[in-house]
Amino acid sequence: MTLTNFDREKGLARLATMERIRAFEEVARRAAVDEALVLGAIHLSIGQEAVATAVIEPLRRDDYILSTHRGHGHTLAKGADAQAMMKELLGREGGCCGGKGGSMHIADFGVRMLGANGVVGANITIAAGAAHGIKLLGGDQIVVCFFGDGAANRGPFLEGLNWAGVFDLPILFVCEDNRYSASTLTSDMTSGNVADRARALGLPTTEADGNDVTSLAATAAEITARIRQTGKPEFLHARTYRLSGHTYFDPATYRPEGEADEMRATRCPIAKLRGELVQAGVAEGDLDQVRQAAEEEMDAALDAARDAPWPAAASVFADVQDIGSPTGEAF
Amino acid sequence: MARMTYADAAKLAVAEAMRADPTVWCVGEDLGRGGVFKQYTGLVEEFGPRRISDAPISEAAIMGAAFGAAMAGTRPIVEMRFADFALCATDELVNQIAKARFMFGGQSRAPMVIRKPMGMWRSSAAQHSQSLESWYVHIPGLVVCCPATPQDNYAMMKAAIACDDPVVYLEHKDIWATEGEVDTSLPGRFGKADIRRAGTDVTLVSWSNTANLCVQAADSLAEDGINAEVIDLVSLWPWDKQAVLASVKKTGRLVVAHEAVCVAGFGAEVVATVAQTMVLKAPPVRLGSPRGLIAYAPNLEDQMRVTTDMIAAAAKKTMEFETA
Repeated sequence: MTLTNFDREKGLARLATMERIRAFEEVARRAAVDEALVLGAIHLSIGQEAVATAVIEPLRRDDYILSTHRGHGHTLAKGADAQAMMKELLGREGGCCGGKGGSMHIADFGVRMLGANGVVGANITIAAGAAHGIKLLGGDQIVVCFFGDGAANRGPFLEGLNWAGVFDLPILFVCEDNRYSASTLTSDMTSGNVADRARALGLPTTEADGNDVTSLAATAAEITARIRQTGKPEFLHARTYRLSGHTYFDPATYRPEGEADEMRATRCPIAKLRGELVQAGVAEGDLDQVRQAAEEEMDAALDAARDAPWPAAASVFADVQDIGSPTGEAF
Repeated sequence: MARMTYADAAKLAVAEAMRADPTVWCVGEDLGRGGVFKQYTGLVEEFGPRRISDAPISEAAIMGAAFGAAMAGTRPIVEMRFADFALCATDELVNQIAKARFMFGGQSRAPMVIRKPMGMWRSSAAQHSQSLESWYVHIPGLVVCCPATPQDNYAMMKAAIACDDPVVYLEHKDIWATEGEVDTSLPGRFGKADIRRAGTDVTLVSWSNTANLCVQAADSLAEDGINAEVIDLVSLWPWDKQAVLASVKKTGRLVVAHEAVCVAGFGAEVVATVAQTMVLKAPPVRLGSPRGLIAYAPNLEDQMRVTTDMIAAAAKKTMEFETA
């Protein structure tokens, strides 16, 4: 592939985003395994960075995204602060959710990231509703809803896609197909295929390689521009691969031996983009610098999180509800 | 003051709120035809089909999408048609709506009214008759309201729409057509009980339609010279503990009555709260449905009902205990 100078810049920007996601999650994994600083489960999107990077690239800051339990990449790509995210993973004061949500409920409403979700598929109807709200208020933003292949077997998939179609809502549903529903091969538990389901519900549907950030970014730019213009929903099925287990502590022994190693060697989205950039004349050293900068940023984020105090004890009763707040109750 | 039905009182509140705030909208099945109980009749003509929105028979999507729209800056009124059907949207309500504000560290709000018509209503059998209010009281993050009169259905609906918390709003299906005076100048307040009848001998605590039965029971008790105080809690979370404690302090006797299953019903919470606070003159009584299922045949259905006679008999029992 020949890349123009313009493409090279975009490629470097994409590489930076993907390296930041990768570094964030590698640092988080280390913080969990080596130091037991991350106490709850975290779900890594290592190997899937191209989907978040490419699909979010054409979005405006005031466009909305909703994510899944595997949501660090989407959140970072939308522009959330890595340090606040790392503090959240460690449950510390200054975490983007005040230490109340952790990884699975990570959110940054400042960049219109309306939350990861601990329940598979639950964000689909909520995302359709955010688009419904935009339409009612006369806004010109769009919504992107990320979910995994496992979510396509939940009821909200049908209800949410139908809702978006019935009400003509400006939303892109992105099925980030990493092949596995927790520890089960999704194809073993799925009748037919996901993209056909979306087509059957009347949504224009695109199937794409989710590990090729360059082509996926072009596809996503086209689709999101169309949604902004028509105000109607579309569906993107992006095939990718989860290089880690379901959680960071899942050894993923249910996978065929060697599968992950082979995918890492041949289908890593970061390696692929690095190859394209080298071919376009970018020096390996420059690419290494991008990686190093990402790693330094995330190491610093962990240092800051490690040093941050626990949240104030009384904060556990804040932000439950105004009327009938637990702060007014005796226990 | 104006005389109107329980259904029309809530409709008036919805219409006034929608006139005042363009971000308020209603969504649910058949709303364009007035809703299954005609509690939306005429609203689509005034506000149009975008703000009085029909919906597919997709309870999870109705609840979930309304929540998304709330996070995007609107104030949805969600119609679940029957409280029983709202169970199809339990994840959306319990795991998402009730928890989002907290989980996201205060970044979001869910200013929603979730209308769930509840209770026994003609021979509707086991899937269209339930009273599940205590389930929702158990969920932190939710406000729970069970109005029993046209006045409260007006005032509490106004309060619910104005509230920034999600409000589970349980209207009783058997009293849609009940008429009463409505003073639109009286504000509704969550956690403020309505003393439906003042009395000094025994305290009857209830909510929803059973509160109306308690008023009738108090009338019949008065004929026997027993002066019962009837406390209609109106909202169950928060609930007016002070009003109940003050009343029982005065009467020393307590009967709690509700249509829901007695076992683990909210009556247990009321009785326990009082019992933890003071010694009564007689053991408190809980009245609720047996832990059985609601049947279609009237004679079977009636066996699950708490009646006026049962409430009056329970009150008398507390009176007799003292003299025994």
